[in-house]
Amino acid sequence: MKPAKFEYVAPATVDAAVEALRAANGEGKVLAGGQSLLPLLNFRMTRPAVLVDLNGIKDLSFIELRGDRVAIGALTRHREIEQSPLIGSKLPVMAAAMRYVAHLAIRNRGTIGGSLSHADPAAELPMLSLFYGASLLVQGPSGRRTVAAEDFFVDALTNCLEPEEIVVEIEFPILQHDGWAFEEVARRFGDFALASIAVSVRRRASTIEDVRVAVMGVADTPLRLKEVEAKLRDIAIDNQTPDRFSGLVTSCVSANGDLHASAEYRHHLLGRLARRAMQTALATKG
Amino acid sequence: MSVTVSVTVNGTKYDVSDVEPRLLLSDFLRETLGLTGTHVGCEHGVCGACTVLVNGDSVRSCLMLAVQANGAEITTVEGLGTPVALNTLQAEFREHHGLQCGFCTPGMLITGEDLLRKYPLATDDEIREGLSGNLCRCTGYQNIVAAIRAAAAKRAEAVT
Repeated sequence: MKPAKFEYVAPATVDAAVEALRAANGEGKVLAGGQSLLPLLNFRMTRPAVLVDLNGIKDLSFIELRGDRVAIGALTRHREIEQSPLIGSKLPVMAAAMRYVAHLAIRNRGTIGGSLSHADPAAELPMLSLFYGASLLVQGPSGRRTVAAEDFFVDALTNCLEPEEIVVEIEFPILQHDGWAFEEVARRFGDFALASIAVSVRRRASTIEDVRVAVMGVADTPLRLKEVEAKLRDIAIDNQTPDRFSGLVTSCVSANGDLHASAEYRHHLLGRLARRAMQTALATKG
Repeated sequence: MSVTVSVTVNGTKYDVSDVEPRLLLSDFLRETLGLTGTHVGCEHGVCGACTVLVNGDSVRSCLMLAVQANGAEITTVEGLGTPVALNTLQAEFREHHGLQCGFCTPGMLITGEDLLRKYPLATDDEIREGLSGNLCRCTGYQNIVAAIRAAAAKRAEAVT
């Protein structure tokens, strides 16, 4: 239950961090908040030769408004996002979800870049990056490139990055919506979700103009349900809409089961959360 | 490979050379500095027993390397009060019987301190949500919640 030996480097710039990873020749690992990596090191499930600690890089921690987007530095802690008035006003679904991100002590330390890179299928920030259609700025030996969130998550705990690439910042488009909701059920508050859903609705009179929906905890990656979004566009809102939405969501997701919950239960749960989320999203404005 | 770690723990400055980078902060506190008040339970960030304050924020000391604490100010349970002068939260834990075996108590107290400083704690739900990262196998949590509720009330009195 102690990490195996490693070389430790704490570069002061992203350039130096990328260089350290390149020099490690595939044996390097990036340490951000450490709230997922340290357990893996303690269990010796991962044994990197070199640990590249990003915490000394000062300009990776920020939350700023850029026109119709909010940019968040990769090393920004969950707690800073939870407390940010800018996130509260511009990305309210994210703000509502942050209290579900693990526990206080984890949020004090964990980072958004680390959470996205770890790519847990039941973690809130990867799901939110899909929900918002975020783009990730990553840096590697050949410079910087932008990756869309929908291309970033490849499989459970697997992202599309090369071994020497680092997430630098994430840009979230600000959604125009009239109502939204975030719902999650975990076995214990702060645990990984058994099922979770984020919804936002833009309406024109009593018609759905646009809807955005993402789910997690039910597949190997979080999912944005574009098929459901398309089927609800230009649909008249009535008191059957939440049930109809719930049916659409559950029809296009086949849940995975594990020791925490069976596939049937997760599927059932997702349907209930979907209905509740749509009720809340529609109740915001008459 | 070894590094030097300079930290202030409970107001005392320590400069320790020859620290292996893989040494966890929890083991550094307990074994290098001899501050065994911080308990080690699961060593993978689930139980919360090893929680300490790093620069004022509660942190799992098993999920942080000692080298990462270089330059930081740390408060462990030894820094909250003394047996003859318990701090408010400790006194409420005694008053409300908020512990049985005591293994989780250092983490409960440190988490409670962080919660008292950061959250209104107006409802038991809020207290329970804040404590959700700390496991206790004896008490059933009722008296821990009661102790924090009482400490929050005392804090409110002190402010008004």
